[in-house]
Amino acid sequence: MLDGRSAIKRRAGLRLWLSGGWLLLIVLAAILAPWISPQDPLAQDLFAARTPPFWEAGSEPGFWLGADSLGRDVLTRILYGARIALIVAFVAGTLTCAVGAALGLIAGYFRGWADRIVSRLVDIWMAFPPVLFAILLIAVLGTGLTSIIIAIVVIDWTRFCRVVRAEAMNQGQMDYVASAQVAGMSRLRTMWAEILPNVLPTIVALLSLEMGIAVIVEAILSFVNLSISTDSPTWGGMIAEGRTSIHQAWWVLVFPLLTLFLTVLSFSQFGEGLKDRFDPVLR
Amino acid sequence: MTGFLSIRNLSVVLAGTPHRLLRSVSLDLPAGEVHGLVGESGAGKSMIGKAILGILPRAIEIAEGEILLDGQDLLQLPPAERRRLVGKTAALIPQDPLTALNPSRRIGPQITDRLVDILGWKRAQAEARAVELLAEVHIPDAPRVMRSYPHELSGGMRQRILIASAFAAEPKLIVADEPTTALDVTVQKQILRLIAEMQSRHGTAILFVTHDLGVVSKVCRSLSVLYGGKVVEETEVRAFFRGPKHAYSAALLAATPKYTDPDTSLTPVPAEVIAAVQAEVEAADGEWRHVR
Repeated sequence: MLDGRSAIKRRAGLRLWLSGGWLLLIVLAAILAPWISPQDPLAQDLFAARTPPFWEAGSEPGFWLGADSLGRDVLTRILYGARIALIVAFVAGTLTCAVGAALGLIAGYFRGWADRIVSRLVDIWMAFPPVLFAILLIAVLGTGLTSIIIAIVVIDWTRFCRVVRAEAMNQGQMDYVASAQVAGMSRLRTMWAEILPNVLPTIVALLSLEMGIAVIVEAILSFVNLSISTDSPTWGGMIAEGRTSIHQAWWVLVFPLLTLFLTVLSFSQFGEGLKDRFDPVLR
Repeated sequence: MTGFLSIRNLSVVLAGTPHRLLRSVSLDLPAGEVHGLVGESGAGKSMIGKAILGILPRAIEIAEGEILLDGQDLLQLPPAERRRLVGKTAALIPQDPLTALNPSRRIGPQITDRLVDILGWKRAQAEARAVELLAEVHIPDAPRVMRSYPHELSGGMRQRILIASAFAAEPKLIVADEPTTALDVTVQKQILRLIAEMQSRHGTAILFVTHDLGVVSKVCRSLSVLYGGKVVEETEVRAFFRGPKHAYSAALLAATPKYTDPDTSLTPVPAEVIAAVQAEVEAADGEWRHVR
């Protein structure tokens, strides 16, 4: 009973459960933040400034993971920060995927001039340093959630485009595509009904990876103060603030960083796990 | 007599160049007959089938000629109409059963799609017919196979399914593009017998592309020998095996391995025969280019 395939499946299963579990936790945190947070995310309490987490001497009840230098509760801010992180992850991830995958599919399957245009565009695009490009974009568009999402889509669509194009090109050469054409299927429908289902596992894995990357980009932009206004807590913003007091209050930096790290890791592992689980060739 | 598939002076070039991969090929296939296309790799035998079905690689285009299918010149039809006509009258048995079925779809819909799209049948009716077809190609437990994904089945099984789906919409012409090359020898034999059996039951004309003269002797009635994109000999199978007219065909026949005598070494086609046939193609046709 123990063949190679079931071993792959078991490993994929564990990975899927761990990463999926963490993501579920973050989603719940984002949705339930107002009800489960011990404090107000913006309430400053200078008497509680730099309160350490609960297991250290000098901790105070209600500040489980400590407080920052303005006396705001770290746990509460992490929970609220999940909201921005997830909105950015889902909206920017999905849009990036839609734009990149559509162009990649068309370029890879139709080839010819469509491919030449898309491929040159990708080449030119990738010659820009991405973070500088994002900062420049935000500077032009102004800060705010929409700008961040636009910036991520604009920077990252090439990632999808390249991979999906290669995969579509690969699939396009298979005999089943020729058979579909002989049976009278139009090129557009062949792309939709025959090629897309075979590229889908790759797209799903990439989408999940991209959601993680979107969270990182948002954090980077928050770190350089180009994200959302300071009224809404973000993980990147917390990391930036924590940096200044790292020697006096390490928890202000470490907890948001850890959350960010686990979330991004989970996104990428979740995607890979899904791919292994649902790719019919591996199944 | 002109057959219901009739190719006239078909030339195919590498797009944007004058290099011809098929040189004025003409061919007649009467309804219900099996015709073999034989030649070495690169002789252009698959190219003919692909040109008929409209699935030439994009770097290759048709320079001149006519392909008459059921009296209509395919090359004069607008693309959509051509696709409809080809879909209705012709089908393909592809070379590699491992890539010829869509890996992410179940077998059932891949067969019934044709019946629904081409013949306009209802799904339930098409499913019943698919079960019959699978039984016809000797697949036991058809309902289970229809629920399977391609990777769950063996190569021989998949080739049977491809044969069933090629015959599904009752086409008048099937292009079989080296249908046994990717299979091992014992399965090859079964598949050949199956194709012959299906052919005689359905009365379908088959254009049988192969490099194996043994296969031709078993299933074809007539054949064309190709070299460098040109037909060097077109004849009846019986006459061919009794005595090929062209020196190249004779050498090709002599080069067929004899499995009955393992001690004899393989006979390659002699260099002077190749030089002669190259010279002949060149003389008839201008520039020569190594297409292999």
